Amino acid sequence: MSLKFKLNIPHLILSVILMAVGISAIFALSKIDLILFEKNFTSIGILLAALIFYSGIILIVMMFENETLLSISLLFPSVVAVAIFVYGFIGWSIRVSLSKWKGLTPDFTWVGLAQYQELFKDPRFLIDVRNTVMFTVLFIAGCLIIGLTLAILLDQKLKGESIFRSIFLFPMSISFIASGVVWGWLMNPATGSRTAGINLIFKSLGLNSLISLWHSTPQPWGMAFTVIPAVWMLSGYTMALYLGGMRAISDDLREAARVDGASEFEIYRYIVFPMLQPVTLSAVIILGHMSLKIFDLIVALGNKDIRLDVPGIYMWVTTFDGTNYAQGAAIGVLMLISVAILVIPYLVQNIRTETEL
Amino acid sequence: MQKRFLCLVSVILILAFSLSAFAPAAPAVQKKQVEVFSWWVGPGEADGLAAMVKVFNAKYPDITFVNAAVAGGAGTNAKAVLQTRLAANDAPDSWQAHAGQETIANYVAANQVAPLDDLFKTTGLNDVLPKTLLPLISKDGHPYSVPVNIHRSNVLWFNPKVLKDAGVTANPKTDFKTWDDFFAACDKIKAAGKTCLSMGAPWTAIHLFENVMIGTIGPDKWNGLWSNPPTTDWAGADVKKGIANFAKALSYTNPDASTLSDWQPASKMVSDGDAAFNIMGDWAYGYYANPAPNGLALKPHEQFDWAVSPGTYGVFNFLADSFVLPAKAKNAEGTNAWLTVAASKEGQEAFNPLKGSICARTDCDMSKFSEYSKDTAKDWSSNTVVGSLQHGVVAAPAWATKIGTAMGLFQASKLDDAAQADFQKALADACKSDGTCKK
Repeated sequence: MSLKFKLNIPHLILSVILMAVGISAIFALSKIDLILFEKNFTSIGILLAALIFYSGIILIVMMFENETLLSISLLFPSVVAVAIFVYGFIGWSIRVSLSKWKGLTPDFTWVGLAQYQELFKDPRFLIDVRNTVMFTVLFIAGCLIIGLTLAILLDQKLKGESIFRSIFLFPMSISFIASGVVWGWLMNPATGSRTAGINLIFKSLGLNSLISLWHSTPQPWGMAFTVIPAVWMLSGYTMALYLGGMRAISDDLREAARVDGASEFEIYRYIVFPMLQPVTLSAVIILGHMSLKIFDLIVALGNKDIRLDVPGIYMWVTTFDGTNYAQGAAIGVLMLISVAILVIPYLVQNIRTETEL
Repeated sequence: MQKRFLCLVSVILILAFSLSAFAPAAPAVQKKQVEVFSWWVGPGEADGLAAMVKVFNAKYPDITFVNAAVAGGAGTNAKAVLQTRLAANDAPDSWQAHAGQETIANYVAANQVAPLDDLFKTTGLNDVLPKTLLPLISKDGHPYSVPVNIHRSNVLWFNPKVLKDAGVTANPKTDFKTWDDFFAACDKIKAAGKTCLSMGAPWTAIHLFENVMIGTIGPDKWNGLWSNPPTTDWAGADVKKGIANFAKALSYTNPDASTLSDWQPASKMVSDGDAAFNIMGDWAYGYYANPAPNGLALKPHEQFDWAVSPGTYGVFNFLADSFVLPAKAKNAEGTNAWLTVAASKEGQEAFNPLKGSICARTDCDMSKFSEYSKDTAKDWSSNTVVGSLQHGVVAAPAWATKIGTAMGLFQASKLDDAAQADFQKALADACKSDGTCKK
């Protein structure tokens, strides 16, 4: 590593000014005792001041005319922030989950895996696991099937394709909580004179056999109905992923297949689908990590009903309603592990293929 | 590249100078203030708070009131925010807490709040609160929170027309001495094709449960369940009977209860004539009687009516919002001023008619209150007072959460004898996990 140093007077002056301003701003801001709402501004101000101070340092580093050194010092703040605010807090949660902290006073007495053992004996947590597995499988399957079908339909180069594409994509712009509330109204299981929502449509059309209890169907199938709004929201997104993948397949390949006498069906079967495999994998990862962490949709639909419980809700209730921080942390850690099982192999594979290239 | 970087730097510089220019201008002197944390933002409750603040401002013009309310029903969001602030050593000057174990097991156990013996003496609260209330809000003989309002949990709301149409002759106000009396009426209503007992979102099941239990085993044995150590056996025959009654009551409820968004849809089933009865706290009165858009503007006694829940004549199952004194008070003067107003006759008289609750004090001027509140206030000063489970009076939050889980699992079951036995075992285990029951 060569460390040439080239003094640049204007830069030096600027950097000294920056550092002085940064330090004095940090000093000034931390002196002021502001009340609640302004406190947030104080911390943002201190962050900004630190940034000003650090840009002074960067200016000095620039004088060394060394690319590696510069990139390291540019990356440094975000690496530190991620290390503290992501990995530091993961470590903290793991530590809390190994303690017996219950109530508002922290208690870090080591209890090993006792919280986890208790969870796996807890009938409610077992319901959570079952519900999450059912939700994830049905949600991914539903999105992939509907998304792929829509993509194939749109791939036929029909008129007004962009309009359909937008219509299919729109539901994704709605938040889970809002769509949960609205679908809760639509999937109203009330009977008799209080019949409402989709059931009312069925009733007035005389399709009485289709009237359903929706998500209040007895266990375990009630959970399957909570997938409907989720699939409605994200199948359009899956479609967009697939459509992008299909458009990336060069027309030459299709032409060549046609010349060899392949039917349209065979083109999809032997050319398009095999080439879409990486898209399917990313779709499964993206959808899977969403469904393993699902919280808002289910809260809006199920009102914390245990029959529709998922680990995210149990974590909230245990931690904030029950002030059982240790057990809440244990649930959080288990959720993290479940997502990691899904994501890490994918990341490892990605890094491998990238280094091969 | 370099030019662009310099450009960015100068932008940051300009920002920085403007920042340091206004920073010293920010208020450096501490004005006397009191920051009060609550979850009163909804219709009625926010108005009540504003009225009480008006009383406060008139009495203490030199202290600024800072409203740190956080939205969210029954305070679930607010409690999470408060926990974060307490953990960060950034406690508000006073905060709202349900009176009873929610205060004692949470904040007293964590040494976050201080006892209020002096304030109770100077404001005369000791003499104007019902005698049976004091032990429920005290630990080792010291009171820890100032109750501002009282709500009643054991209220049976009913639709007189539905009862008449179904041929029910029993009068809910006098004739439901046991739950069996109630079930007899239910059978008639069921035969008439209506829901007998409407129920809402999952938490309302616990609300129903506590009132079935009190109505079955009586106030003394109910209190015995929560004393330390319990004098009523969780695994015993009394609780078994209560659970059996509760299971039977559930069999008369609407099957879509768990999908209702909260308690209001269940109350509305009664006023719409789809159901005969609903057991809900007295906040339902405001929902029925208030003008639109915050209420249904119905006529009391005609379109809806009320009685105490079956088997609880002479019993007042209460819950209360209260304010506490932080152990490390930053603005002790402000906090004291606020608590004095919250405890005062004027403060409570300003707050409660708007919130739809009654005064915790028994000496309020009732002429400003609704007909329902006048009724309730009479009971408040004469009945046996017991505490609510769902609303934080009798059980610590961790314990109450365990009971909530047991309840959810029970509701998901077939409600038969085996499920009832499991439920009772889960309740006994919940008591053990709290440490109140011996293992």
